[in-house]
Amino acid sequence: MLEIKLFERPLDAKHCIDFVSEGGVGAINVFIGSVRDHTQGKRVVRLEYEAYAPMAIAEMEKIARQAVAQFGALKIAVHHRVGTLEIGEAAVVIAVSTPHRQASFEACQYIIDTLKQTVPIWKKEIFEDGEIWVAAHP
Amino acid sequence: MKISVLAFGIAKDITGQRFLDWELGENAKLADLRAELEAKFPALLELAALRLAVNSEYANGDAVLKENDEVAIIPPVAGG
Repeated sequence: MLEIKLFERPLDAKHCIDFVSEGGVGAINVFIGSVRDHTQGKRVVRLEYEAYAPMAIAEMEKIARQAVAQFGALKIAVHHRVGTLEIGEAAVVIAVSTPHRQASFEACQYIIDTLKQTVPIWKKEIFEDGEIWVAAHP
Repeated sequence: MKISVLAFGIAKDITGQRFLDWELGENAKLADLRAELEAKFPALLELAALRLAVNSEYANGDAVLKENDEVAIIPPVAGG
């Protein structure tokens, strides 16, 4: 029912959609977070993601199980990238299936919002003239 | 007792290494370790937030540590 993984290679959104589609579900919602080419007016060259892998998987599984309990999600795939990402590449793919559409939107939003707050994954933005760990300082 | 400390993201830059062996008194609590880490690496205090996890679970300061526990220093996360 859940497929939660970290990858060091490009993510496969089609695989996530296929995973949650099995079995005649009514609605499928997909969120893809991808690498922006700028932050606060500065051009981003690339991103580097780092994860505390066993805990990141465990926290994403908790979030997915909560989405099943709270929104009645049928199947959920959460694939997150780690390592070096170029502009435009997908950092995260979240696919959710539910019986009806409204719950699919709510579950997908719940998963990405909570992931950003609790999952131990860190992002470094590399600029032409320096680098910064995102959100590290107030 | 000896525990393992793991540092991620900017915390790894601050401590200078991913893995640190740490010696603590018996029955030390997570808050004791946090105070020691912040004393040795004061730049940790400048972060927007700092959480600690024990054996891959977020834990509070009153958690009691045991020999060979793995404590992760978790600066503000930024996944997605």
